[in-house]
Amino acid sequence: MTITEAPRIVSSRFDVADGHTIDVYESTHGYEGLRAALAKRPDEVVEEVKTASLLGRGGAGFPAGVKWGFCPPGVWPRYLVVNGDESEPGTYKDRLLMERDPHQLIEGVLIACYAIGCEQAFLYVRGEMALAQERIAAALNEAYAKGYVGRNIMGSDFSVDVVLHWGAGAYIVGEETALIESLEGNRGMPRLKPPFFPAAKGLYLQPTVVNNVETLSNLPWILREGGAAFAELGAEASRGTRLFAVSGHVRQPGVYEVEFGVTTFRDLIYSPLYAGGIRDGNEIKAYIPGGSSAPWFFEEHLDLPLEKGVVDRAGSMLGSGAVVVFDETTDVVKAALRVVRFYARESCGKCTPCREGTSWLEKILERISDGLGRPSDLELLVDVCDNISPGIAWPPKQTTICPLGPSAVSPIASAVTRFRDEFAARIGEPVTVSTPITGGAYTAAPDAPAEVGA
Amino acid sequence: MSRLTPENVTLAEEIIGRYPRPKSALIPLLHLAQEQDGYVADDAMEHLAELVGVTPAEVLGTCSFYEMFKREPVGTYVVNVCTNISCQLLGGEELLHHAEERLGIRAGSTTADGRFTLEDVECIAACTEAPCLQVNYRYFHRITTDEFDALVDELAAGGRPDEIPPHGTLARVRQHIPDDRAAGPAVPGECGEPVWITARPAPAPEPRS
Ligand SMILES: Cc1cc2nc3c(=O)[nH]c(=O)nc-3n(C[C@H](O)[C@H](O)[C@H](O)COP(=O)(O)O)c2cc1C
Ligand code: SF4
Ligand code: FES
Repeated sequence: MTITEAPRIVSSRFDVADGHTIDVYESTHGYEGLRAALAKRPDEVVEEVKTASLLGRGGAGFPAGVKWGFCPPGVWPRYLVVNGDESEPGTYKDRLLMERDPHQLIEGVLIACYAIGCEQAFLYVRGEMALAQERIAAALNEAYAKGYVGRNIMGSDFSVDVVLHWGAGAYIVGEETALIESLEGNRGMPRLKPPFFPAAKGLYLQPTVVNNVETLSNLPWILREGGAAFAELGAEASRGTRLFAVSGHVRQPGVYEVEFGVTTFRDLIYSPLYAGGIRDGNEIKAYIPGGSSAPWFFEEHLDLPLEKGVVDRAGSMLGSGAVVVFDETTDVVKAALRVVRFYARESCGKCTPCREGTSWLEKILERISDGLGRPSDLELLVDVCDNISPGIAWPPKQTTICPLGPSAVSPIASAVTRFRDEFAARIGEPVTVSTPITGGAYTAAPDAPAEVGA
Repeated sequence: MSRLTPENVTLAEEIIGRYPRPKSALIPLLHLAQEQDGYVADDAMEHLAELVGVTPAEVLGTCSFYEMFKREPVGTYVVNVCTNISCQLLGGEELLHHAEERLGIRAGSTTADGRFTLEDVECIAACTEAPCLQVNYRYFHRITTDEFDALVDELAAGGRPDEIPPHGTLARVRQHIPDDRAAGPAVPGECGEPVWITARPAPAPEPRS
């Protein structure tokens, strides 16, 4: 086990009574990071964040400091949009950060605006999160009253409004260009990249930085303790600490902050400090390492560290820090169906392979699950996947505008390569699949026989 | 009532004033209309169109994209049971079936007395607290069927008004930016380099030798 003594950086106030109020926040180092930032030049703050090697925590894992540098010089205004739309199945950490420590997020937003030169920030909270909206509204009102947000912050020449905005129920709005469409008051449908990379052409076609709630919540600590102290924690590309939500068939489901890059899946799932092992003494069957869009991992991946590069190379992703554990009793056909149904329901309908493909995948899986599947159904399923994401590779190729369509392919490719016998049993006849499935986490599975009898 | 009340028009104008472009306020305003009437009425959409300067069709276009906006009256309590993966693994679907039996309706419909609407929803970010549900977007974690029945009884008997406001009300605290503290919206075409950047230029890069 590699359980470390790393401090809790973003969750330090989760268990503190009234940690969401400005009084408690300020009595626990609150707003010290902003003060430290204002004592530096904006470009020095960017350097500090680059030194920290802070990776984005929203899904793609892109370094925050580098992303900020993509805004074209001399084009104003720039905006900051905070992505608080958390809705990837399995993911639960941004809601906690917003409900329990809203000032930490607001302070992070202010530090980012100062560094990048953003003249307005929008904090987009998922519509269904009433308490998070309430806590952020209250925290912003407190912070305005103290002179920490708005005009001449802390008596300086730095001025920015932070506007609370909230959604209305649509997973796709978490995708950054759809988020921007939604913030313009439109249907939340993604834009094509290029040319609509937010840093260049974002909100109102102005340079816009979109960052996740957890990403920004790290900034107060980084500015207070220094980027180097942050980078001392973790390994390889993955520095600092990170929140992981461990759900499903474990003894102690929960949200745990662990040292990034060194803690392993085994630690997270089995340590008594974290999820405490599989329920009822059962065996692990599979687990989703980073949200429902990620290819599944298995027992042989347990000793991999929670490190972005390692997990990417193994053919999956840490995504949104969501580990969902299936024990031996899990019906994988049903599990895959539920995840695919999600993508079918949430497809925005803009591209044909996703709109039509995900609904077909749902229908075919549903009949297999109901015991009405045909022997040719598995091949059909994989063929539809191949049309949405050619080669069924990792990282996925896409015939679509955004990665939502290809996300529906991961659970199917995982289930079909590893548990083909369960599909065959459900169909009642041997099944074959000739369409190649090439992604690393799919093929790393012990060679699944090409044909399995029922 | 369907157009916004005078008090809500004042609120709407305050919200619109925070954005560089009025249409950006549309989703918060649709929520305001839903808070007023419990659902988004056609007249309300027309009123919002006037307030943000777009056509009623554009308002409908936006409104109809988002799951939370109801264009017909729904129950006083909207009960959303999560059946997505983490909840499915721990009995979310069974909980939904129990709810259907208990309320005597299918997911997606409303009880005859207009008290409850039941929905089968996607992940609500409480995955470690499965199975879970929301009533008017207030969370209930790790809920058993017995607890579900007790909750329904309690709501039917008058509810928990302090904890669970009627459908349509989300946050009960609103953001208010005091005039003397506001930096103001950053309108494209009206902004130059921010003063705090201009006043602290980055040092010129070292000349290459
Ligand atoms: C379909 C889809 C859904 C997404 N949902 C979210 C989300 O709910 N929250 C989030 O922060 N990022 C989400 N993302 C990632 C965002 O597009 C974006 O990369 C991220 O917010 C950037 O922040 P970061 O660099 O700080 O991680 C989603 C991406 C896709 C393709
Ligand atoms: S891939 Fe799906 S969700 Fe993404 S833009 Fe296309 S249709 Fe919409
Ligand atoms: S899967 Fe039910 S809350 Fe996330």
